[in-house]
Amino acid sequence: MAVLEFTPQLRRFVDTPVVDTAATVLRDGLDAAFAINPRLRGYILDDQGHLRANVVIFIDGRRVRDLRGLTDPLGPDSRVHVLQALSGG
Amino acid sequence: MNQDRAWAATRKGLFELRRRSGAWQIERLSFTADPVTMLLPPDASGHMLAGLNLGHFGAKLHASDDAGQTWREVAAPAFPPQPGGAEGPAWKLDQVFALERSGDAIWCGTVPGGLFVSRDRGESWALDETLWRDPRREQWMGGGNPAPALHSICPHPDKADELLIGVSCGGAWRTTDGGKTWGLRATGMRADFMPPELAGDENSQDPHLIARCRAAPDVLWCQHHCGIFRSTDNGATWVELQAQPSSFGFAVAAHPGDPQTAWFVPAVKDMQRIPVDASLCVTRTRDGGQTFEALRTGLPQQHCYDLVFRHGLAVDDGGEQLLMGSTTGGLWASTDGGDSWQTVSAHLPPIYAVKFG
Repeated sequence: MAVLEFTPQLRRFVDTPVVDTAATVLRDGLDAAFAINPRLRGYILDDQGHLRANVVIFIDGRRVRDLRGLTDPLGPDSRVHVLQALSGG
Repeated sequence: MNQDRAWAATRKGLFELRRRSGAWQIERLSFTADPVTMLLPPDASGHMLAGLNLGHFGAKLHASDDAGQTWREVAAPAFPPQPGGAEGPAWKLDQVFALERSGDAIWCGTVPGGLFVSRDRGESWALDETLWRDPRREQWMGGGNPAPALHSICPHPDKADELLIGVSCGGAWRTTDGGKTWGLRATGMRADFMPPELAGDENSQDPHLIARCRAAPDVLWCQHHCGIFRSTDNGATWVELQAQPSSFGFAVAAHPGDPQTAWFVPAVKDMQRIPVDASLCVTRTRDGGQTFEALRTGLPQQHCYDLVFRHGLAVDDGGEQLLMGSTTGGLWASTDGGDSWQTVSAHLPPIYAVKFG
């Protein structure tokens, strides 16, 4: 199972579950988290379902490439970190 | 309107202010350290709204049912799926930039320039599709913000379905049927930042803020990028006015009972955006814009670089109390129509909006 974790910075605003998921692509993994807390979606994705411009996701230490479709693959043991992009220092 | 309560939406939270024994004091800070871009003051039941901009995590909307004592997040206005090839800015909420009640509805203006309506007290929102799908909307430009900003919503006090709105840069528009149809309403405004042949184009105008006189709703005042304009025919035509020391600025407040009186905050046009001679004043006309007075008593007159954003000046229902908040956290109050000012605080966070109520 892949594991998704969200930046603790988000806890000021919204509950952030740690999610074990059998999803094989990132968007399905995120949807599993949003199913637990629907309000989380708007903090990670924008109106068009794209990754917010100042949010960054790493899968197994690699930065996600498909910022709109979120089709990057997840392996059965993947570790996914959803973080703030450090724009502006 | 509660005349003894007011609000300042700032870069670091929402400040509730109370007037006690004649002096304004800070009562409470909500959303500590988070930017609050706009608020809707409480109605008689205590219901109010606050628009937040959390930066990394987007624009949010919060509601209170007890006049700001407790808050809960509600759905923010959201744009529908953007068709491929659509021109103009991305269909993504950037900021909640205007909130007004009209009848049973609450209207919300946004960056980018969308207008949303809620008929369930802000629990859910619907985009005004007519205005958004108007091909002229795609020609709107940013002004200050990279994307167009719908900053002014002027309800008609006697007609719940009639609104006049202002957009930077997209002119002024009016609906008389609750948003089903819209027409431009900016004849007479002048945009000197456009090519000469387009200076009068209604859809290119940059009104910084438009305010309506409640007692005489055909009278509207506009602080425009290129000067001050006034309409006495409900926005059908606008006439340019000249104020000293400057006709440039962002804010305007219309006297609720006297259609001859309005207040502005002048600044150096337009790349500098500081008070003229680094000396802060409010200009007031009491004769419909024929003449203006510069009101300075109690305001900093040396080395003052405070700018007052478009939503940073407010007048109460009586027309005598004013509040003014600046980019560098200065907050001033007047109880005599602007003749004199008292400093409420000189070191608040940057102030985006002040409201009575």
